[in-house]
Amino acid sequence: MTDGRAVTSWTPAPGAAPVWRATLAQAAMELRLTARRGENLLVTLVIPVALLVFFASVNVLPTTTARPIEFLLPGILALAVISTSLVNLGIATAYERAYGVLKRLGGSPLPRGGLVAAKILAVVAIELVQLALLVAIAALGFGWTLGPGASLTVVLAALGSGTLAFAGLGLLMAGTLRAEATLAGANGLYLLLLLVGGVVVPVDQLPALLGDIARLLPAAALADALRIGLGMSTGNAVGPLALVLAWGIATSLLAIKLFRWE
Amino acid sequence: MTLGVAAAGGQDDPAIVVRGLVKRYGGRAVVDGLSFDIGRGEIFGLLGPNGAGKTTAVEILEGYRKADGGEVRVLGLDPARDASPLRPTVGLMLQENGIYPQARPAEIVRLFARFHARPHDPDALLDTVGLLDAATTPYRRLSGGQKQRLGLALALVGRPELVILDEPTAGMDPAGKAAARELIADLRSAGVTVLLTTHELADVERLADRVAVIDHGRLVALAPPSELASGAPQRLRFTLDRALTDEESRELEAALAGESAGVEASVRVLGEGVGRYRLDGADPSPALVRAVAAWCADRGALVVELRTGGGTLEERYLELLGAEARHRD
Repeated sequence: MTDGRAVTSWTPAPGAAPVWRATLAQAAMELRLTARRGENLLVTLVIPVALLVFFASVNVLPTTTARPIEFLLPGILALAVISTSLVNLGIATAYERAYGVLKRLGGSPLPRGGLVAAKILAVVAIELVQLALLVAIAALGFGWTLGPGASLTVVLAALGSGTLAFAGLGLLMAGTLRAEATLAGANGLYLLLLLVGGVVVPVDQLPALLGDIARLLPAAALADALRIGLGMSTGNAVGPLALVLAWGIATSLLAIKLFRWE
Repeated sequence: MTLGVAAAGGQDDPAIVVRGLVKRYGGRAVVDGLSFDIGRGEIFGLLGPNGAGKTTAVEILEGYRKADGGEVRVLGLDPARDASPLRPTVGLMLQENGIYPQARPAEIVRLFARFHARPHDPDALLDTVGLLDAATTPYRRLSGGQKQRLGLALALVGRPELVILDEPTAGMDPAGKAAARELIADLRSAGVTVLLTTHELADVERLADRVAVIDHGRLVALAPPSELASGAPQRLRFTLDRALTDEESRELEAALAGESAGVEASVRVLGEGVGRYRLDGADPSPALVRAVAAWCADRGALVVELRTGGGTLEERYLELLGAEARHRD
């Protein structure tokens, strides 16, 4: 059964690796698994890219900007954050909980904080790929450029607080619901926020009541903050940013309090 | 080699101490006053039927659950409070392996190796557990036995001082079971302490230095497997070339109670329809052997095998569980 390279000594020599090394190894594993699952690539890359290209090419949207791409790119970036933080992270974590992966990792030397850090690292890495890909398509394919008054600080604050809000929501679902319920719920929210979250359809164009609700949700605020940060619209970013951050704090605290590992 | 963790307590202290352990679920005691010690370098088997409380007891030792009563010490530490120094030192194999379905054995062993300071070489370990050929097969496509072997590899990759294996041979084919037992026996010679749960007698019979039999959360026996088997009462067992009818069994009992042997014995069927029997309630004696043989000769039944003694570990185990059930009723 062996070719002579087998373990020859079982003499104990236990010890934990440095937490950073364990965390990086776990983050790399999370990324490898994401890349291996076709449905993850579909929701994080294919759908945002397809929506961006389609709606930027066929001028059917009642957008408020001079050209559709100026409205679309920030909205699709918000959708990209939702797809990675809510859909991808939430569903993967829900199934890890159902399969006992979280339990098994909990019995390993990787601390819980290390596991959470690894998941955050993986989310940020995926979002950077999304950001680079979507901006490159917008710039090269549709001649998009940064608008006047663009602020990197606002963009980063929007992406960070948006990630916090939707990752908190994804982990809240993953840690409290059955995996199948998280799968359905996260995909349902993705579709709902795509339609009424100010991502491709301006909130102003929605029926009055629906528009009022949409303005309170983090998706529209995230898209608004990104539009201001990228210089696509004028206005004060503090309002939408504060709303997204409030959602982020609320969902994260709830997730920390209610998450069940088994 | 140096030990990574200076666990509390000296090398002479027990690796595991369990004292009056109680765990309740919804008011029902799943573990009900369990006590035992496991010495350093010992292979200790926790044997019992499904639902006996083995996994619950082991999960308290692993730090997954909190006890409702009693005390446990693992390498001198409290697993519920001191999880972080114990994690690198104690190798775990869970009943549900907890591995990503899409992950491949090679990368999952490499991942767990990265969690440890001085891990085994992942490829050598895969070779040792016989998974080199399946190293890149997704976990969900592995056979039950291969999944178990991967679980065993994860328990061992960090060079642990203590391993806790929950049903390590479940789902393995006979060759896999033999290989796993051989590997676990190798651990003992290196001084690794092993706690394994099982409902397979062959596991404890061939491996364990001592075995604790538990049923309904209580300890019903604690001894080396050989002593446990010899604790079975002496009985006469015989095999015939044909099965007896119920009526014939009653006639045999009547004959033995009569002048030929003068004992109140009952005929217990050991194998339905294959002619294997045990005489309960009577100590073997020359007169009893002669009486059984004579009665069989009268009926034209050939005695294929007849022996006296304490029986196998399996029979003793079933007796212990039966006695425990009667004790509860």
